[in-house]
Amino acid sequence: MAATKIHAIYTDDDLLMQAVKQTRSANYHISEVFTPFPVHGLDHAVGIAPTRIAITSFLYGLVGLSVAVLMMNYMMIQDWPQNIGGKPSFTFYQNMPAFIPIMFELTVFFAGHLMVITFYMRSKLWPFKKAENPDPRTTDDHFLMEVDADNHDVEKLTKFLYDTGASEISLIENEQDH
Amino acid sequence: MYTLPSKLKLFSIVLIVLGLAGIIFGFLTTPKTIDDVKKIMAEQESLHGDSHAVAGNEEGETANFVDEARGQEGYSENAMKHATDLKPEGHGAASHEEHVLHQLQTRPWSATFVAAFFFMMLALGALVFYAIQYASQAGWSPVLYRIIEGITTYLLPGSIIVFLIVVFAGTHFYPWQDHELVAGDKILQEKSTYLNFPFFLIRAVIYLLGWNLYRYFSRKNSLVQADTNNYGPYRKNFKISVFFLIFFIVTEATMSWDWFMSMTPHWYSTLFAWYIFASMFVSAITVIALVTIHLKGLGLIPFVSDKHLHDLAKYMFAFSIFWTYLWFSQFMLIWYANIPEEVTYFIIRIQEYKLLFFGMLILNFVFPILVLMNSDYKRIPWFVVIAAVFILVGHYIDIFLLVMPSTVGHNWHFGIPEIAALLFFLGLFILVVGKGLSKVSLKPENDPFIKESENYHF
Repeated sequence: MAATKIHAIYTDDDLLMQAVKQTRSANYHISEVFTPFPVHGLDHAVGIAPTRIAITSFLYGLVGLSVAVLMMNYMMIQDWPQNIGGKPSFTFYQNMPAFIPIMFELTVFFAGHLMVITFYMRSKLWPFKKAENPDPRTTDDHFLMEVDADNHDVEKLTKFLYDTGASEISLIENEQDH
Repeated sequence: MYTLPSKLKLFSIVLIVLGLAGIIFGFLTTPKTIDDVKKIMAEQESLHGDSHAVAGNEEGETANFVDEARGQEGYSENAMKHATDLKPEGHGAASHEEHVLHQLQTRPWSATFVAAFFFMMLALGALVFYAIQYASQAGWSPVLYRIIEGITTYLLPGSIIVFLIVVFAGTHFYPWQDHELVAGDKILQEKSTYLNFPFFLIRAVIYLLGWNLYRYFSRKNSLVQADTNNYGPYRKNFKISVFFLIFFIVTEATMSWDWFMSMTPHWYSTLFAWYIFASMFVSAITVIALVTIHLKGLGLIPFVSDKHLHDLAKYMFAFSIFWTYLWFSQFMLIWYANIPEEVTYFIIRIQEYKLLFFGMLILNFVFPILVLMNSDYKRIPWFVVIAAVFILVGHYIDIFLLVMPSTVGHNWHFGIPEIAALLFFLGLFILVVGKGLSKVSLKPENDPFIKESENYHF
């Protein structure tokens, strides 16, 4: 499928925010925005749904907690309940204060690491991944907004984007979607 | 401008009257002689058959929670002997009743002190929060300055009452004030350079003066700032806040040793002062959030947004965890090492106050963490109010557990004296804070950060 896109480059993040809002209200579809740094409120302006990564992290934390509880209950209480320095190893709750540091750390460990891995998978980030940057300047001091042009009059769209303050506008036609 | 709603005012006055009556009732109905105690004990014996409160500890239950946990019967009994040895009477049938008499007479004192300190610490904690906002030049909080100042109005009456209680409680609270006891106790003799009444009194006066002077001057500067066109008063406030925080952290530590730790003068814990501070700070922030929600509900503070509420709720959340962290650090270290002179403190709390002791953890940790974890919920007033109620009840229990086991021991009840004291100080708190809030406009004009604070969002 041939995808036609227009890349509009801006030199200022305020200008970009303005342009994103105008483009959205003119019912053009923004497929991607590239910025060198996080622009506060940009996700909201582009209309990206809120992230659910905090929820996954909470669930991973619960998994970690369960792992810790099951592990220590099995090892210290079920499998070989030794008397170690007089600590009561008859039931889990009697010896729980000694287990809490491990329960806490495993909760944090699972919540943190699994959340990061989730983040990498969802954002498709890994070593040797081919960079998807359309213009190297967007990692330094330029901002790039990518607008779908398939169903629109390119001339009119270009004019529109020019009016939003874009400093460079280029038409991109490529075969593959990334 | 705020005026205390007339219904709330009436409500608080009713609370004060009821509470006062209950407190007086509590003081009047304590047993006067050993014979009274014997009668009470006999009554309880016949009522329960198997007695638990007054006479319970000496006979009966041989294996309790602590023994089970330790796997050694009678361990807690032995460890506690150490603590009960503190009483001058020693052991024996007659002395046991004398001991019970002393604890029963202490009960109304303790009940009043718990509630008095609880409400005072709300004002004091709010004052510390206020000082931190100034010292850190926080950009989000200036819209709350008048609200916090309103809450700290209670500090003066509250701290005077607490001062009077600790000064006049004498041996009801502080066994080291009993000369006979000290004469026969090497540990207390060693500590008497610090734990002696004149020095105790001087320290209490210093705390009172220091805290109230800061409150007086910071409030004054803050009000002067509203009418000037330079930032002189603000700069002054910044400076005195820094010095107050230094002063506070020292006096808070010694205050908690003086007023709470010395109730069990054989016991000590390094973490104790921080632990009380955490309790104070989290409940104070909770009250700030509650008052903010109340004023917001009345439509008096349009410049405070749900973002400010979100931040307060974040503080409530974070400091609930901080409190739990300190609570657990103190508990776990003592539980783990299990040294008899340290562990008595927790044995009595687990044995006699089990439900409160562990219930407090649920109220102070589990509920706030579950209710306030979601960031959307932190902006919903009624969610914050629910969490606030959990936290405040939990920290009242926390103070209750600091005082009661050390002073009345097994002979505790949650009855008329406790409820009355709680009602009395709640009423007083509402009345004084309402008055404090109604004195000036609720918006601190001319504060250098007020503009930023009003437009604060994230």
